[in-house]
Amino acid sequence: MTGLLELLGLGASAELLSLSGWGGNLLRGLANSLQIAFGAFGLGLVIGLFGAYGKLYGGKVTRDLLAIYTTVIRAVPELVLILILYYVGSDIINKISAAMGGGRVEINGVAAGIWVLGVVQGAYATEVLRGAIKAVPTGQIEAAKSYGMPAFMIMRRVTIPAMMSFAVPGLANLWLIATKDTALLAVVGFNELTLETRQAASSTRAYFTFFLAAGFLYLMVTLCSGAVFARVEKWARRGQPSLKGGAR
Amino acid sequence: MDTAAAAASAPEADTRREAIRVEDLHKSFGNLEVLKGVDLTAHQGDVVAIIGGSGSGKSTMLRCINFLETPSSGKIVIGGEEVAMRSDGSPANQKQIERIRTKLAMVFQQFNLWTHRTLLENVIEVPVHVLKVPKAEAVARAHELLNRVGLGGKEGTYPAYLSGGQQQRAAIARALAVDPSAMLFDEPTSALDPELVGEVLTVIRDLAAEGRTMLLVTHEMKFAREVANHVVYLYQGRIEEQGPPAEVFGNPQSDRLKQFLSSVA
Ligand SMILES: Nc1ncnc2c1ncn2[C@@H]1O[C@H](COP(=O)(O)OP(=O)(O)O)[C@@H](O)[C@H]1O
Ligand SMILES: [Mg+2]
Repeated sequence: MTGLLELLGLGASAELLSLSGWGGNLLRGLANSLQIAFGAFGLGLVIGLFGAYGKLYGGKVTRDLLAIYTTVIRAVPELVLILILYYVGSDIINKISAAMGGGRVEINGVAAGIWVLGVVQGAYATEVLRGAIKAVPTGQIEAAKSYGMPAFMIMRRVTIPAMMSFAVPGLANLWLIATKDTALLAVVGFNELTLETRQAASSTRAYFTFFLAAGFLYLMVTLCSGAVFARVEKWARRGQPSLKGGAR
Repeated sequence: MDTAAAAASAPEADTRREAIRVEDLHKSFGNLEVLKGVDLTAHQGDVVAIIGGSGSGKSTMLRCINFLETPSSGKIVIGGEEVAMRSDGSPANQKQIERIRTKLAMVFQQFNLWTHRTLLENVIEVPVHVLKVPKAEAVARAHELLNRVGLGGKEGTYPAYLSGGQQQRAAIARALAVDPSAMLFDEPTSALDPELVGEVLTVIRDLAAEGRTMLLVTHEMKFAREVANHVVYLYQGRIEEQGPPAEVFGNPQSDRLKQFLSSVA
């Protein structure tokens, strides 16, 4: 084992990755990445829910605006969107600040990351949720209507729970994309996992060690997410006999 | 004053309270006029059977009564309260519609139970969340109702694990849970395997016997004749013939009804 590590030039890896040193930085970067991924995914869900309802039941103007939003966001590469949204966003905030007689505003990296990735996630979530809502049998919603449920209660008590089983696989994908898209925020200088890794690697010249460690962290996130989403999907599918047969 | 004598003294005038009245109901889907002026009155305790060929507008009529479809024109009065409609037939007051809907319990051909909820949850859903009945009370009542339709012990089961007949009986329990002033049945046994029809009809027969007001769209002519006190024959969006079951089934007047009855017999 030690021989193999030596062979790969990893002898000093353990030391390099110590928590008090660069390893700690990597973990802090991971924490930042996860924070942004959570926030962006959540914001994306909220945007997606409004977007999906707007696309399905909104007026002509609403539907057109949403069509432009989802088309543009999904057409433009994410990296470009991040640059646009980040610089446009900070520019607007600074202009507003200047107009109100303030100085330059320090943009909070986490908030900016959440806003930028959330807007991107929202476009995809709109489509995932729209498809899921459409897949809910109309009879379920009619039954709710026919018993006097108001529209918002129908959404909360019937449509959303019933669409979950259709939405969860798509949402799980979106979550994984969110965790990985945080890496793109490195271009605007945000200290997420990828940027921390690059800094550690170039300072120590131990590229292999640090990028391998970062890859491992991303993999762990994916594996844990998979386990969580498997449980969520099982819950969302409650009441539906297993596809593998053998009810219950 | 003796009420029985009073009732007997005026056998012609219907003194029972009116449950559902439909006046000159029209409904078009685009250019297709599905209902061409239907008038119908059901009093409390009436069991009105609605029969007619496929596409004659039976479902549409039932669905217009609780505004699952928006009528094109006409008047709908539920329990003496007229539903406020705009000139295009859409409900003018959504709150009124929602309130009225809680009194009209619908039973669908496809059951339409909420599949992500257990039978118990299905039955208590509307009482607890719409009618704001305390949960414990709603649960106790739901147990009673599920027992009554022969589903005691199935409270925790999800609909997909039950037969069609069981699902439809659960749907009837859900309908009863709102303590409806009238029930609307849209071909409640048409989606069932023949051997499961009987168990559902038994439940409905029971409800008719206890004086529930019901509008019942059905293809079960024998059953309609047995439980209904009034039969309406719909043909291409109009009421072609109506009357007591003995008349409608025993002595049909129009050729269309004669033909229809011989085709379903
Ligand atoms: N939502 C709808 N859009 C267009 N046409 C409809 C719709 N619902 C029903 N129809 C048409 O209205 C007619 C009557 O339908 P329906 O009331 O379901 O008949 P029934 O229940 O008597 O079989 C049919 O021709 C049907 O195709
Ligand atoms: Mg029908």
